[in-house]
Formats: sequence, C-alpha cells, structure tokens
Amino acid sequence: MSFLEVKNIDVFYGDVQVIFDLSLEVMEGEVVSIIGGNGAGKSTLLKTISGLINPAKGEIVFEHAPIQTAPPEEIVERGIIQVPEGRRLFTLMSVKDNLIIGAYNSRAEKNVAETMEDVYSLLPKLKERESQLAMTLSGGEQQMVAVGRGLMARPKLLMLDEPSLGLAPILIKDIFRTVREIANQGTTVLLVEQDVKHSLSLSDRGYVLEHGRIAMEGPADKLLDDPHIKTAYLGL
Amino acid sequence: MEFFLESILNGICMGSIYGLTALGLTVIFGVLKVINFAHGSLIMVSMYVAYWAIIYTGVHPYVALIIVVPVMYFFGYYLQDIVIKPIFKAEKDVREPITVIIVTTGVWYILDNLTLLIFGPQYRGIQNNPLRGKMLDIGNMLISVPKLWGFVTAVITAAAVYWFLQKTRTGRAIRATSLDREAASLMGINQFKIYNIAFGIGTAIVGISAVTLVPFYNIFPSVGVLFDIKGFIIVVLGGLGSIGGAIIGGIIIGLIESIAPMFMTATWAEAIVYGLFLVVLFVKPSGLFGVKYDW
Ligand SMILES: Nc1ncnc2c1ncn2[C@@H]1O[C@H](COP(=O)(O)OP(=O)(O)OP(=O)(O)O)[C@@H](O)[C@H]1O
Ligand SMILES: [Mg+2]
Repeated sequence: MSFLEVKNIDVFYGDVQVIFDLSLEVMEGEVVSIIGGNGAGKSTLLKTISGLINPAKGEIVFEHAPIQTAPPEEIVERGIIQVPEGRRLFTLMSVKDNLIIGAYNSRAEKNVAETMEDVYSLLPKLKERESQLAMTLSGGEQQMVAVGRGLMARPKLLMLDEPSLGLAPILIKDIFRTVREIANQGTTVLLVEQDVKHSLSLSDRGYVLEHGRIAMEGPADKLLDDPHIKTAYLGL
Repeated sequence: MEFFLESILNGICMGSIYGLTALGLTVIFGVLKVINFAHGSLIMVSMYVAYWAIIYTGVHPYVALIIVVPVMYFFGYYLQDIVIKPIFKAEKDVREPITVIIVTTGVWYILDNLTLLIFGPQYRGIQNNPLRGKMLDIGNMLISVPKLWGFVTAVITAAAVYWFLQKTRTGRAIRATSLDREAASLMGINQFKIYNIAFGIGTAIVGISAVTLVPFYNIFPSVGVLFDIKGFIIVVLGGLGSIGGAIIGGIIIGLIESIAPMFMTATWAEAIVYGLFLVVLFVKPSGLFGVKYDW
C-alpha cells in the first residue's frame, strides 16, 4: 500500500504550466529516484509535495491523509522532510544551530540530543565543525549539514533534491553512500537526481520526468538497462 | 574640558535611547525585509500608553514597563497579523513588496491622526515624576539622570534581545526566517507566525524606548516623526538587522548632536548626521557593523 501517493497533479507558476497530470507513488521503506534533465520539473514536484506550491488540480495523499492544500509546516509535522536543492543552509548560523533548527517540529523536538547523536555518528565530520558558521564550510560539508539537518527532523519520508549537485566525484560517492545508509536504517527516501547512474543503482524504483510528465517508470535495474535511458541520460 | 566630557556622556546616554528606538525597527526589518514607515507612530503610541499608565497608576515611570511592554507586544503582533499579513500573502513571491510599505505608511497616517483626534494637539509631560530634571553631579559634571537610566535600559534590552535570538527556540526560528524564508518553512516554521512575533518584539522594544523617554520628554501626536528618520539613519549606519549596530549607531548620532553644537551652529550638526549617513551608504552600504550579506 502506498505511503505517499501523488494523483494527477497540474502545477503552474503564474500562467505557465510546469507539471502535467503527474502521478507517482512511494511505498513505505522504498528508495525511489526521480530523474530528469534541467527544467524537467523535479524541484517543482518536490516543492509541491512540501506545500510550498499548491497544485491547481489533483491530489497528494500521505499516510491516507490528503495534504495538497496543507501549509509547509503541517507537512513537516506529518513527517515529510525536504533537503532542498542548493543546500539552503542558514549561512550565518553555526552548524549546530542549523541542526537544532532542523528539529523544530514537535515530533523531533522531544529528542533533539538523541537524534543529534545519531546524526553525528552517521556524519562524524559535522561534530568537528559544529561551532563553525555554515557559510564557511566547503560545498561537500555543506551538503552533509543539509542532509543532517533533514535527519534532525526525524523524517518518515526524506526527499532529497539533487544532493550531488556541484560536488567532486569522490564526494558524490560519499553522499550516495550516506543516502543508502539512511535508507538501510529504515527511512523512506525520494531522491531527485541528474546523476542517473548513481541514483538508480541505490534505488528500488525510478521515474523519468521529461517536460513535466512521467515519461517512464519501473524497477531501478530495468531502467538502468533501458536503451532510451542509456542514450539520453547515461551517454552510452 | 569637563564641559566637553559632560557633553560626551550626555550624548552617549541620549544616543543609546535613539539606538533603542532603532533596535525595534531593525528587528522588524531583519525578519520582514520591509521598512516599517509606521515606526515613528509606534513610538508615539507607546509614549501615550506609557504616559497614561504612569499618570493613572502614579507608579515610578519604569514600573510602567510591566504594562507598556505587553500592550505594545500585542499591538505589534496584531497589527502585523490583521493589517500587514494579508497583503504579504497576496504578494508572497515579491522580493520587496511595495504595497506593504504603502500599508505601513497608511498605518502611520491613521495612528497619528487618530491620536490628534482623541488627545488633541497639546503637549503633555509627566511633571511629577522622580526622574524629571534630576542631575547627577560627578566632579563638576552634570549628567541627566533619566538619560542615564535610558542608557542602562538600552544596554540591558540589547543584551536580552541578543540572548533571546541566540539561545531560544523561537529566537532561532526568527533568525532562520530572516536568513531564508523558504528553507525555514521546510523546517516546519510557520513564517507568518514568526512575522507576527518579530513585529510584536520590535514594537515591544519601541515600548521600552518610550518608557525611557517619557520621564523627560514631552509627548504630542507627531512626536514620532522626531525619532523615525533618526531611526532609519541609525539602522543603516549600524547595519540592517544588527543589534549592537543599532545601539552603537544611536550613540554615534547622540554624540554628533551633543558635541557638534560646541563648534558650530546646531543646524550643522544635522548636516553632519546626514553627511555621515551618505558616506556610509557609499563606502560600506552594509553599515558599520552589518555583515556583508544579501538579506
Ligand atoms: N519560481 C518560478 N517561477 C517561474 N517559473 C519557474 C520557477 N521555478 C521554476 N520555474 C520553471 O519551471 C520549470 C521547471 O523547473 P524546476 O526547477 O522544477 O526544474 P528541475 O527539474 O528541478 O531542474 P534542475 O535540474 O535544473 O534543478 C523550468 O522551466 C523553470 O524555468
Ligand atoms: Mg531542480
């Protein structure tokens, strides 16, 4: 049974339609990738699930409750947490304060210290940097803080928007290993990526988004072998 | 020499009160990112609230803080919630919503004229209060006691606001919202509630500054105008959103006002204030203590 279900949504920026009659679902415990090129509408989709934008049409259901009109803070309370594209850290706050603010919602707030222990053991680098201002970190470290901040919210569903963006190849490996580890610990993950090879190889299933529509979907290994994906996304 | 030192000390004290009025403005701007043109009116309203609280209860002026601070907090909270928020929501995606500025200007006109209607144009002062006209005599120097109280209050208030923003849950949420609204929403922070709270806190600070003023300052419906332009200059001088910058910026203005008249006519002192303002805008637009950062 589906955990998150997006049903036939249309999304507009002003008069411009960006997402067309899109449907997808995520089961509890799954890792699902959404892949697609620049401007396909991936970030718009995540923003819509997070409640930053409301769909003009369609329904979004999480744990049996419709959430398509809920404000972002309510969606966070329900357990859907987004790590946004470009990290969006609170640059003039310390790493530790960034993590604490991640646990702002009422479910997470009750055990901030405990969750922080878990985050530090998953991402030990953050502990070393905890008193540093977020803006003084390197790109890779900033991405780790962004992921750590997301985990502080105790997500039921963690949505990551291009976590590998702008990172060196070795750091990209690190970040995907971290995502896999988070999934192994039982968190459901919805991963948006342009790095098709890495993201599909750690996912259960995938969706291909093109021009605001789902162009293809299926088990991740099937997609990796698909000729269209090979030519269009993997450059083979 | 002593006279010079006396002017400096009185200038610092008066300047810190200016800084306190500007602190309220900077807290509101730091979060909402709009200049609140009703700022002077909020000072005026606070002064009337303080005035009547002191007159009716007959307490020491500073005891009136117990009344003025919560009254002004809720005044600011609901002013934002009822009047400004709907416009903010309508212009959610606009970076500097001009209509919000127009609305705050409307609030300014309404409050000033309402006060004129209700209380009339006359000047009021609290004649019988333990601080009025009091001077502290230190080695031939006369320091104004009510201004000295103002200085102490300004420093304590600034420290308390700083502590609140750094160490409390709501304080962190306010800082996060001021740095990145959308990211703050993704943390589960209700940004409109934070705007209300920030507006409430800024207005409560204005209330504190009014309590420091009424023991020695006369009030009348347009009294806020004397402080609002100064407030804007101080906020830019000190750096938008900077707490220490507001107080120090205020002290700089206070010093110029108290020292310059010893060497030139008083109108020149004002010219120096505006000149300094322009120089800072040209040389360091982020202000003397502002962080070089695009809000
Ligand atoms: N705030 C906005 N206002 C208007 N149009 C927007 C806005 N944000 C995105 N768009 C448009 O919507 C389309 C989809 O953008 P979106 O950011 O969702 O793409 P994306 O798949 O995340 O791309 P990328 O991989 O480059 O991040 C693009 O054509 C973009 O120009
Ligand atoms: Mg994107």
